Formats: sequence, structure tokens, C-alpha cells
Amino acid sequence: MPPDSPPVAIAAPELPISAPPGLFALFSAFAKMSLSGFGGVLVFARRGIVDQHRWMTAEEFNETFALCHFLPGPNVVNLSVVFGSRFRGVPGSIAAFAGLVGPPVVVVTILAVLYARFGEIDALRRTLSGVSCAAVGLLIAVVFRMMMPLIKKRDVVGVVVMAAVFTAIGVLRLPLPAVLLVAMPLSVAITFVMRRRGAA
Amino acid sequence: MNFNESPIWTLISTFGLMSLFAVGGANAAIPEMHRIAVDVQHWMTDKQFADVYAISQLSPGPNVLIVTLIGYAVAGVAGALAATLAMCVPTAMLAYWVSRLMTRSSHSRWPALIQASLVPLSIGLMGASGLVLALTSDRTWTAAFVTAAVAVLAFATRLNPLWLLLAGGLLGFAGVIG
Repeated sequence: MPPDSPPVAIAAPELPISAPPGLFALFSAFAKMSLSGFGGVLVFARRGIVDQHRWMTAEEFNETFALCHFLPGPNVVNLSVVFGSRFRGVPGSIAAFAGLVGPPVVVVTILAVLYARFGEIDALRRTLSGVSCAAVGLLIAVVFRMMMPLIKKRDVVGVVVMAAVFTAIGVLRLPLPAVLLVAMPLSVAITFVMRRRGAA
Repeated sequence: MNFNESPIWTLISTFGLMSLFAVGGANAAIPEMHRIAVDVQHWMTDKQFADVYAISQLSPGPNVLIVTLIGYAVAGVAGALAATLAMCVPTAMLAYWVSRLMTRSSHSRWPALIQASLVPLSIGLMGASGLVLALTSDRTWTAAFVTAAVAVLAFATRLNPLWLLLAGGLLGFAGVIG
């Protein structure tokens, strides 16, 4: 089957899922999502996979993303691999991964070359300083958005774990693996105990 | 050539390990990247690290690309590729393996429990990223004010983040931030 030929069946809007994508379709779809993803690809991945190509329902997408979010590493990278493998096995995951990461790596490498050559120019230094100030603000806003559910639920344990990790990594500057090897089992154990108590 | 002293090998081992500990994605691992790149290995200065973060936010694609830029600063194009693959491949293989396992087994309550206990952890890590980056980027009061203003705007409105980045760049270009 030529991967790009639109399956006839999806002409009917009541069918939520279209035919599984081929390898080239996987590569080009992820490349498109990735290249339009300024400040995070997830929004574009959801739009592309669920709304545009109808390769997954919104619910399937959420389940897949939840899995990728609790695994370590770049979430969208995990998503591309899991998504690609669901349709085309290992070659599919490689195609989706290459589409997601390949083109932007080329873009960012070109920017790196330019920065290495022109990074000392004063106007560019000032501009980049301004951009990084704004970029840090964006990150802080994301952190506060993520914190809101914890605070609304009055999740005391969650807030304490969050504050402890923040202090250990951000203030004390301890190495990440050491902190996580202590914090992860503790957090899981406390959550487990609290839930059992809540259920009893 | 001594295998253990090659910068490419250091990049691979550093980011390969970090990949497996980056709970909450690449942005949560920024303090660790800063610690290693600036404090431990002396690959770059504070200012260069802040620049690299700015460039990674300006370019399209996943947040993990900051690793590509660090790799490039250390060992050119080969370093960029090595760092990127080291940061992505171990966790991608783990994701592949776990997703296979999960589709075969019925849904247990473990994934939900682990997820619930990891969420506050990853928020704490992202918060630490915000602090570390603010300390590297905001060296004047005006700079700190711009960061705070962007944080409030991005939190309270649905403005496209790209506009806020460009506004920051313009203020910097105009010499307001200093």
C-alpha cells in the first residue's frame, strides 16, 4: 500500500480511526508536528494524530501519553516511539523518532554553528539574554500551572515531596540520580500508604 | 586515543545516564545539565548555558534539543549527534519495552500509583529548573522583572509563547535588560 494514499473509508466523518500509517507517513507526520512545535511539540502531536490524521481517538492518545509521561526521558520522544511501534513495529518507531528529532536537530545544529561564529557580537548577546529571560518566565508559568491541581486538591504529601525535590536539586544542587533514588521509592511508598488508609 | 577521555564518550555516558533519570522530561533535567556542563565538566560558562537554553527555546522541536546544543559546544556536529542520541535512545527503548508489556498485561493499579507519586516529583524538578535558569539568566533587576512579567502573562493568558520570547529578544536588543 502506498503510505500516502488517503484511505477511502475516512471520507465518512463518523469513522474516528483511519487506516494505519505507513513508514513514510509516520516520518513526515512527525517531522511536520515537530517543526511547527515552538515551545513544545505535544499540542501539535495531539492535533496531528487525533484531529488531522485520525490515527487515534483522543482517549487512546491520552492513555499513550500518560504512559510516556511517567517514564523518564523526553516525553514526546517516548510518545513517537510508542506510537510508531503500535502501527509498524520497530521500523515504525524508528521512522516516527527520526521524523520527530531529525529535522529539528538539523535546524538547531545550524543555529549552533551560527552561535559559535557570531555569539560574541554584542547585539546578538543582548538579544539572546532577553530571549532567555523570557524563556525562563515561560518555564516558571508552566510550573505554576502544573502546581495548581496539587494545591486545589490540598495534596499535602505532594506539596512536601515537590518542595523537598525543589530544595535538593535547585537550592542544594545535589546530583539528580542520588536525589531520585531516594525520592522515588519514598514518594511511591507514601502515596501507597496514604491510599490504603484512604480506602480503609 | 584513550577511550575514557574522549569527549564524545563523556557526552554519551553523561546523557545516557541522565536520560533514564529525567523524570518529567528534558526540562526537568536542566539543573543536572547545568551542574554537569558548567560546574563539573566546565564545558561552558553560565552565560553560554543561558544562551543555549534561549536558542533551544527559539527553535522548533522537542525540548530535548538543548542537549544537541551542549553536545555541539563540546565536540562539534559529532558531539551534537552523540548527545542527542544518548539522551533519547535509552529511554525510547525503555518506553518501547514497557508499552509492549502494558498492552499484554491487564491494567493494574501500579501504573496509576507510580504516576500519582511521580507528578509532584517532576513538578519539583521543573521548579528547580526555573530557579537555576533564573539565577543564570537574570543578572540584573530589570532582567528579573522581565522574567516575572513573562511568567505572569504566560500563566494568566493564552498568548502564544513565541510572542513573549520575541518580546524578550526585542527588549534585550534595545539594551533595556543590560
